Amino acid sequence: MLEIRNLHARIADDGTEIIRGLNLTVKAGEVAAIMGPNGSGKSTLSYVLAGRDDYEVTEGEILYNGESILEMDPAERAAAGIFLAFQYPMEIPGVATMEFLKVAMNSQRKARGEPELKIPEFIKTVRAGAESLGIDMAMLKRPLNVGFSGGEKKRAEILQMKLLEPKLCVLDETDSGLDIDALRIVADGVNALRAPDRAMVVITHYQRLLDYIVPDTVHVLSRGQVVKSGDKTLAAELEKSGYAGVIGEAA
Amino acid sequence: MNVHATTNHTPAERALIDQFETSLPGLPGDATVAARRTRAFDTLRKGLPTRKVEAWHYTDLRRLLASVPSPDAKAGAAALAPLLEGSTILSVANGKAAPLADHIEGVALTTMRDRLMAGEAVDGLQPATADDAVGALNSAFVSDGFRLSVAAGAVIDRPIEFQNLQAGGQSHARFAVSVGAGARATIVERQTGSGEALVSSVSEIDVGDDAEITWLIVQEQPDTVTQLGQINATIGKNAKLTVFFMNTGGKLVRQELRIVAAGEGCEFKLRGVNLLAGSTHCDVTMVLDHDAYGATSTETVRNVITDRAHGVFQGQIRVDREAQKTDAKMACNTLLLSDEGQFSTKPELEIFADDVACGHGATVTEIERQHLFYLMARGVPEKLARGLLVKAFVAEVIEELDDDAVVEALVAKLDAWFVEHG
Ligand SMILES: Nc1ncnc2c1ncn2[C@@H]1O[C@H](COP(=O)(O)OP(=O)(O)OP(=O)(O)O)[C@@H](O)[C@H]1O
Ligand SMILES: [Mg+2]
Repeated sequence: MLEIRNLHARIADDGTEIIRGLNLTVKAGEVAAIMGPNGSGKSTLSYVLAGRDDYEVTEGEILYNGESILEMDPAERAAAGIFLAFQYPMEIPGVATMEFLKVAMNSQRKARGEPELKIPEFIKTVRAGAESLGIDMAMLKRPLNVGFSGGEKKRAEILQMKLLEPKLCVLDETDSGLDIDALRIVADGVNALRAPDRAMVVITHYQRLLDYIVPDTVHVLSRGQVVKSGDKTLAAELEKSGYAGVIGEAA
Repeated sequence: MNVHATTNHTPAERALIDQFETSLPGLPGDATVAARRTRAFDTLRKGLPTRKVEAWHYTDLRRLLASVPSPDAKAGAAALAPLLEGSTILSVANGKAAPLADHIEGVALTTMRDRLMAGEAVDGLQPATADDAVGALNSAFVSDGFRLSVAAGAVIDRPIEFQNLQAGGQSHARFAVSVGAGARATIVERQTGSGEALVSSVSEIDVGDDAEITWLIVQEQPDTVTQLGQINATIGKNAKLTVFFMNTGGKLVRQELRIVAAGEGCEFKLRGVNLLAGSTHCDVTMVLDHDAYGATSTETVRNVITDRAHGVFQGQIRVDREAQKTDAKMACNTLLLSDEGQFSTKPELEIFADDVACGHGATVTEIERQHLFYLMARGVPEKLARGLLVKAFVAEVIEELDDDAVVEALVAKLDAWFVEHG
């Protein structure tokens, strides 16, 4: 489903290279965990996948279902089924969350040639999604992410994912900022979305999340490259002995 | 008009001088009124204000007012649906008030024409200050309008909508409202029409003690109109006045606000939105005097500038020595959507009391790229995402008004503007 080949990406402003020859393949139905030290380029990779124009791809390819997405803008990628749950969801004053959800859902439907959602159907869907994630509907009347607590923001990201039903879900440290109960709820939400035709890339620092969302593969990122891949036991190993061994071994 | 040819008048100035001489005999009022008109006009004979006059620094009226259309008494303006459903409409078309149809419970109503004919309303027929060109022009030419007097304690449920309509030519109207103690009302002032016109409109409001008034100015002139507006307000003890304005049209627009927080503990709120496109020049100039102890004021102005439009906000707050415990906050934020658009802002605080909290801030920004990315990452196409963000920027100000019907009506105006210019 996702195939990244020798990807090089740099910061558009100053040309600093962050992703330096990264290779990664994720198959449909697979949950791939990405781990790696702070600053190794995990979030940058997620942004490059989503199409943020602060970064420039200078070399390599990103194939999604066999086709390059590099020429697509973020909205086109989203409509094609790529979703990024942000590490730091942005606060957007003045845009009511409900209104935003409606516009987002309908924009994607429109791009796929489906009719707009009827209002009652929309509200019903949102309500069910919110309930399963322990989100108060009152919160959704507020401007998008504005004043949401850290945990509320993360839940809101997963709610969006649930509602938009993407095919490739990239979760960037969705566990950070969540309390223990919330982690469970959010992980259940993510697990509910696991499906044979859906792939997930789960970026995290902690084994704890991977106890709930058990990955099929684990990849270690260092200095903009995948330096080691393995199965779920790799995560446990990292938890025990840290990155030094793995990264040193690769270098 | 050889008399004036020597003083280097612009064509617009010359036209105004000619028109004043020809119109004066036909304008309503007795000899006292005529004398007041002449005296007011005399302040303009030397010429219209230029950028050398501080209050007109960003709006060189002399240079910008290229021509002045002749008055057209015959032009009739089309009727206009009210902003808020169920409003009582008081309409002036090309400077002539429509006959009074409705009686409003708790309100005494007269036309400005009748007042002028009776030699009343004389006190207001003068410029407020030496640089008050809008007041001077309006005093000289005002032909009609309305005066309302709201009884003490009256609660006026239905909004009252003044419509100042033009269909080309000139219109000089005046709307005066005096509000008794403890009364409440919502007043809408519409400025619109369909022709090429010079419009001056002066509103006066005297808010009695403990009264609560919301005054909404909605200016939607076509881009062939010079609109010179002014609102003069005095706020009594513990009274609340909210003024909202929305400018979406006009070629050359000046909206002045002269506000006096005169009573202890009174509250003034200004919320404004300028949506400027094409080559509109729109200047909002506020002078707010805090004259009394413990009054609060907040001013929030949001501007969206596109094409070659030029917006101006001048906000002057003067806090008198007596006005201790004044709390005044002013903010002006602009979203600049085009390279050729421009916004000028000048905040000014003159504080003579020592125990006050006063602040101001001004920003000029573009759409946040991060916000745009977030929306697009959820599948919202760029154009729609930009529209959402721009609308959100101004909607925030509108949504602060507590009345749902008002918010809904104004957001509808906003939507309409974005359909046309988004
Ligand atoms: N727009 C940018 N401007 C400047 N530096 C940037 C930018 N984006 C990324 N970087 C730098 O690139 C490196 C990789 O950052 P990135 O956020 O991808 O790391 P990460 O692996 O997600 O780290 P963490 O685990 O702390 O979230 C860091 O050194 C970061 O400072
Ligand atoms: Mg990160």
